[in-house]
Amino acid sequence: MAPALINANPVVHEKKERTAKLQANYNDSSPDVIDELEIFDHVRDITDPEHPYSLEQLNVVTEDSIFVDDSKSYVKITFTPTVQHCSMATIIGLSLRLKLLRCLPPRFKVDIFLAPGSHSTEAAINKQLNDKERVAAAFENPNLVDLVEKCLVSTEE
Amino acid sequence: MEGVTATGEAPPARSPSPGVSLRLVQELEGHEDRAWGVAWRPCGGSSVLASCSGDKTVRIWEHASGSSPASATWACKAVLDSSHTRTVRQISWSPNGDMLASASFDATIGMWEYVGGDFSFIASFEGHENEVKSVAWNSAGTLMASCSRDKSVWIWEVLPGHEFECVSVLNGHTQDVKMLVWHPSLDILVSTSYDNTIKVWTEDGDGDDWHCAQTLGPPGRGHTSTVWSASFNATGDCLVTSSDDLTLIVWDTSADLTNSGSDDSAKWKHLTTISGYHDRTIFSVNWSRLNGFIASGAGDDCIRIFVESESQESAQEGSQSYELVHKHEKAHTADVNCVQWHPKVSLRC
Repeated sequence: MAPALINANPVVHEKKERTAKLQANYNDSSPDVIDELEIFDHVRDITDPEHPYSLEQLNVVTEDSIFVDDSKSYVKITFTPTVQHCSMATIIGLSLRLKLLRCLPPRFKVDIFLAPGSHSTEAAINKQLNDKERVAAAFENPNLVDLVEKCLVSTEE
Repeated sequence: MEGVTATGEAPPARSPSPGVSLRLVQELEGHEDRAWGVAWRPCGGSSVLASCSGDKTVRIWEHASGSSPASATWACKAVLDSSHTRTVRQISWSPNGDMLASASFDATIGMWEYVGGDFSFIASFEGHENEVKSVAWNSAGTLMASCSRDKSVWIWEVLPGHEFECVSVLNGHTQDVKMLVWHPSLDILVSTSYDNTIKVWTEDGDGDDWHCAQTLGPPGRGHTSTVWSASFNATGDCLVTSSDDLTLIVWDTSADLTNSGSDDSAKWKHLTTISGYHDRTIFSVNWSRLNGFIASGAGDDCIRIFVESESQESAQEGSQSYELVHKHEKAHTADVNCVQWHPKVSLRC
């Protein structure tokens, strides 16, 4: 018998219509300013660790939950796990981190937080996700990396 | 890529607007992953610098003999790559410069001997349950301490024949221990932690037993987030600590905690909090033994230098304050993980 899922019946939302923004940029002569939509495009298809749905479909991240200040090279993402005691919250946070590490220019500083009130151990998880040394050590753990990579597979097409 | 730079500075003037600046001497390239730590060899004629990295190696850098360490003649002399299977987080030279210890995420401490300009691997020390974050030698070179995410601090005795024996495992921190630093002359050990506190450890009068003599943090004043780094001034009567709470705190550490009296006046005290200057986590702080400058390295890619303020205000209030005398933006193209003043020359790495 398979182990019980944290949230067996998640609410699944419609995917937002995608604008053809990426093509437009190619013809644009202005410098490549990164905005919320671009960040959202990077992370929307990350798969939830437990279900075959994307973070967008589960409303874990939305375009509104992202803040970017390109001139300060700063990104802040807030995410909402589907349930209060979700033990996968750290994996989701790490997936967001790894994806942005790979996609954003190295000048960017990224803060990742749980949406206030969205999780029972919010402060502890926020602290871990924003401690660079802890994140670095986590990414050296092969089992953890496997789990995170699985979540990112759908974003790499 | 977070790299290693050796920077020099102009001789400071002790006036209200000191001409302190940092001049980049050289960028040392070679590591294939972020550089986590640097350490100047404590003695010896020519300057030797060690660095450690996420690429699992320790690199040794020397400048061309006959030339000044403040000239761009540094080159990589050796790559120590056989001792660790994961990130090397910090390295530390023994006080006489004969040995180099490394702290690694692979849960071991590596030990190298440096003789006649060459390095030979001595041994790996196991014991910690997970990532070792820091390793430090006492001023006499008779003890070594290590700390880890397993929340413990280990004290090792240095025995003849390069043997090391663990004499104490100190529990007390409730979270990951980030960094260790010994008092410049007394056998007092300071540890900083993810639990937001700083603990001071001393040996019991009679036995080989170590205990926590004081905790700097709640209910008293202290940091409100992870304490990443600590550094004593030259005499050891002050300690500066850096934190994720974006502040530096300077502590009065003149009380000799090795005398185990419970008298309240014989405790270390909060002196001043330096706030409002840093925008992101302050990963490293280092107090120069030469000129009293405090250097900080932070996640906003800047190196900042602070000196004790000589303003009228602070003299009147009877409290000490510190002022920022130099902010070097974009010191690196990424986070500054570690800042270390050269022990003898006005050189900062």
